[in-house]
Amino acid sequence: MTTKRGTISGINGNLMTVEFEDAVIQNEVAYAVLGDTRLKAEVIRVRGRRADLQVFEDTTGLQVGGTVEFTGQLLSVELAPGLLGQIFDGLQNPLPKLAEQCGFFLKRGTYLPAIPRDRAWAYTPAVKPGAIVRAGDTLGTVPEGIFTHRIMAPFTLAGSWTLEYAAPAGNYTVEQEIARLRPGGYAGQARLRSNSPRGREQETLSVSMLQTWPVKIPIRCYAERLKPGEPLITKIRILDTFFPVARGGTYCIPGPFGAGKTVLQQLTSRHADVDIVIIAACGERAGEVVETLREFPHLTDPRTGRTLMERTIIVCNTSSMPVAAREASVYTGVTLAEYYRQMGLNVLLLADSTSRWAQALREMSGRLEEIPGEEAFPAYLESVIASFYERGGIVRLNDKTFGSVTIGGTVSPAGGNFEEPVTQATLKVVGAFHGLSRDRANARRFPSIHPLESWSKYRSIVPRTELDLARRVLRAGNEVDQMMKVLGEEGTSLADFVIYLKAEYLDAVYLQQDAYHPVDGATSAERQKYVFHYLVGILGTPMKFADKAVARKFFQTLTQITKDWNETPQEAPAFSEIEARLKQMVAEVTDDA
Amino acid sequence: MRRIYRRIEQIAGNVITLRAEHVSYRELAEVFVRGGQSLAQVIRLEGDRVALQVFSGTRGITTDAEAVFLGHPMQTSFSPALLGRVFTGIGVPRDKGPVITENPIPIGGPSVNPAKRIIPYRMIRTGIPMIDVFNTLVESQKLPIFSVAGEPYNPLLARIALQAEVDIIILGGMGLKYDDYLFFRDTLEEQGALSRSILFIHTAADPTVECLMTPDIALAVAEQFALQGKRVLVLLTDMTNFADALKEIAITMEQVPSNRGYPGDLYSQLAARYEKAVDFDDAGSITILAATTMPGDDVTHPVPDNTGYITEGQFYLRNGHIEPFGSLSRLKQLVNKDTRKDHRTIMNSMIQLYAAYKESQEKRAMGFRMSAWDQSLLKYGARFEKEMMDLNVNIPLEKALDLGWAIMAGCFEPAETGIPTQMIDEFWPVKARGLPAEGLV
Ligand SMILES: Nc1ncnc2c1ncn2[C@@H]1O[C@H](COP(=O)(O)OP(=O)(O)O)[C@@H](O)[C@H]1O
Ligand SMILES: [Mg+2]
Repeated sequence: MTTKRGTISGINGNLMTVEFEDAVIQNEVAYAVLGDTRLKAEVIRVRGRRADLQVFEDTTGLQVGGTVEFTGQLLSVELAPGLLGQIFDGLQNPLPKLAEQCGFFLKRGTYLPAIPRDRAWAYTPAVKPGAIVRAGDTLGTVPEGIFTHRIMAPFTLAGSWTLEYAAPAGNYTVEQEIARLRPGGYAGQARLRSNSPRGREQETLSVSMLQTWPVKIPIRCYAERLKPGEPLITKIRILDTFFPVARGGTYCIPGPFGAGKTVLQQLTSRHADVDIVIIAACGERAGEVVETLREFPHLTDPRTGRTLMERTIIVCNTSSMPVAAREASVYTGVTLAEYYRQMGLNVLLLADSTSRWAQALREMSGRLEEIPGEEAFPAYLESVIASFYERGGIVRLNDKTFGSVTIGGTVSPAGGNFEEPVTQATLKVVGAFHGLSRDRANARRFPSIHPLESWSKYRSIVPRTELDLARRVLRAGNEVDQMMKVLGEEGTSLADFVIYLKAEYLDAVYLQQDAYHPVDGATSAERQKYVFHYLVGILGTPMKFADKAVARKFFQTLTQITKDWNETPQEAPAFSEIEARLKQMVAEVTDDA
Repeated sequence: MRRIYRRIEQIAGNVITLRAEHVSYRELAEVFVRGGQSLAQVIRLEGDRVALQVFSGTRGITTDAEAVFLGHPMQTSFSPALLGRVFTGIGVPRDKGPVITENPIPIGGPSVNPAKRIIPYRMIRTGIPMIDVFNTLVESQKLPIFSVAGEPYNPLLARIALQAEVDIIILGGMGLKYDDYLFFRDTLEEQGALSRSILFIHTAADPTVECLMTPDIALAVAEQFALQGKRVLVLLTDMTNFADALKEIAITMEQVPSNRGYPGDLYSQLAARYEKAVDFDDAGSITILAATTMPGDDVTHPVPDNTGYITEGQFYLRNGHIEPFGSLSRLKQLVNKDTRKDHRTIMNSMIQLYAAYKESQEKRAMGFRMSAWDQSLLKYGARFEKEMMDLNVNIPLEKALDLGWAIMAGCFEPAETGIPTQMIDEFWPVKARGLPAEGLV
């Protein structure tokens, strides 16, 4: 076995130029040899006998003339039981294991297997010898925490194969053989294959629980892709009611710094009604990931009664970690998501922030001296973003079960201006837009999603008519507010003023939500429907007041009591007491005329 | 083995290019310039062409100047002897003390494994209500002061540093005015804090490239102390000068600028420094307070903009006080749950009311009639600004919270504040109990 080698001919930051003799593959992994460490890199451009590689590590110390070893493998991740609950870097190195080995700091050139090799899993075969299988078909299962983890025929298989050997039920490590496959599904096809020139090489294939998959290629072992419809409940009222997310849908959260993107994602990662959450912490603060990885093992998932960590995978390539690995991290995340989708599970991928990924592309593009597009982003930015979000979706698998990958990405626009390339490219492809507003954040109106500018193409959990009424009130209230800025309160009619107060009321008691309150922090779909219906009733009630001061006072009190209501558990007796009180209050000001 | 080269092919900006072999990326070299020598660092390798960034600048370099490669990247010395000393931006003594060369450590080292970080949990008390109450500072936080040049950000940094209970203060000055350097040195000395401080000072008169090294050196030293269990506070002022030095090099190297001339990796460069802030599992911590001046008071300028996305909040210093809007401590919720039960209530309600006050103020400016509610807000806003926002106010957190209740009770009915009933019942000052509703201080 000879490894293909090349020679370093240039270094510029994390860009390494290599002269090579034999063939190289675009996106192939290679290692730069530096003493007794090897630094991982990926081929990103080939010109003549020179390849440009992005190095996933600090390049300090590399020299012209140094050796580079090509692997012939595309940048890939390992897929097997044992992924859940783990914390990886962008290249799928397990960070806690790295810490055990290297201590406080990340050490370049240290790569560890993502999946523990020594752990045995209780395997139960699902198919018998003679069965015909295709890529992605279930061969057997192992329990992984609360899930039945399907062990699937390699996603790389082409055509039909016949199961020749199925390992009996028992404990196996991920590298042990659990099945052998023979090419060809039935006699005719098998003959066809064996006549082909490559046929003879296709001996039987030994299959273990572990497979690898190149991160930049979507896994497509399913029967069909469907249109997302079913709502994905986040327990955040302004989302589920006004700007819903669908299972298998995509959405983005652009907002200036400090507007609440990360908090929103953290809340979603806790409360979202999905089987598995994959958090891709891409190029932002390490501290934010620490909160998640320290807290999740101690938080119970109300859906399962187990810890949240058991349904979570964290892919963490924070801002001071190598930039090229940051680019890889979102792909690592989405590939893991697709893998669990193949098991008929609903997976949510949260990427914070996709702008950092785009910036990593920009940094590389600049070093490659490509012709820059707007704000120096590469010209292919749009298509890269589009194909990333395209990896979301709900699919019908070959065994007729359904699985979904929902993708929610934050966007960090330069200067908070949404007219920038990353936001614009993202808006073209997503199904919902949760635009965060600096003004709302400044006024502590959290979550600071702009109620008039945001949109969603997905179905809400509340009836259309109620939603329309609430929207009309919000819009009209905003118009009155604008008008008052010009004409003053005295130039505004009492009727208009009440519309304004109603809009402010809905904002304060429904759109705003106290993320840190144990009850208000998460509102179930049932409670949302109930409360929203009730509030819409109040909005639709004609009211009579002596003057504006009385009206304001009334709504201030109403707001306060409704907030108390939000903080009361639905099953507590106080819940209906407060409801009755609200009813009484509204009755007193109702205009019967 | 000394590797000496004498053929300089190109001199542009602060970068020289020569032909040499077996040179490592980021290796240091010594270049002989007129009247002395300067360090230089490899910033690009292309075949046998080596681009070197010359620390003292290229002025006076001859094309046959000697360059000697040293075989290692930039280092600084780490020793307890650093305490109480003042150095230049690259670690050369600025005071009369001896040169320190022992125990060289690399600078700009790798990042901390996120799995080895812990959630910050210790509040840093400053006595400034706008910080303690509204945007609590937390040990291991990284936080800049955003302001225009001319605001008292350096005195504010010094005040926080002296009030904070930390073991070691490290000052990284970048493009610092000489007067400001003297101010820091004298203030630390007067308050008896100089012996636990180390100053790395790049002044406006020093070569630009040295400015690029200053934060790395300050942070590398801080990191070593933190690993020994020390609680270190690093002050970096002014990071905009650091960013401008980056810009200068990028332009010399003919990089495609991304935004207003700044290189596309500005975010990553700033993050590499700020992310050194850390609370170590089983060791000490690094807290970073920085100054970021905003050209034209524009927060969307690339430097404050990228900074805001990296740091854990920011304090806006404007007209001599910390602005309630825009100022943010992202870590405050980690500590304000354990200070006093009413802390968060005061924090949220007072700001919401202050926002309403601002609206009333606008209406008044436009000549509209003020309703009774507007009048209450105007009264409230004036008291808030005078009794809370003024930087001269120096009171402990608990006093500030009491003051908050007193101000609100002096201006509003309980229901007008939007505070949950339960909190009102417990904390709203009752006049009969003898608590003065007007002015506690
Ligand atoms: N839903 C929320 N409820 C209460 N406070 C919030 C909420 N969202 C954000 N915040 C406040 O705003 C700060 C910044 O939020 P963050 O999500 O980190 O912003 P971004 O990611 O957009 O920069 C938080 O530290 C918190 O103080
Ligand atoms: Mg964020």
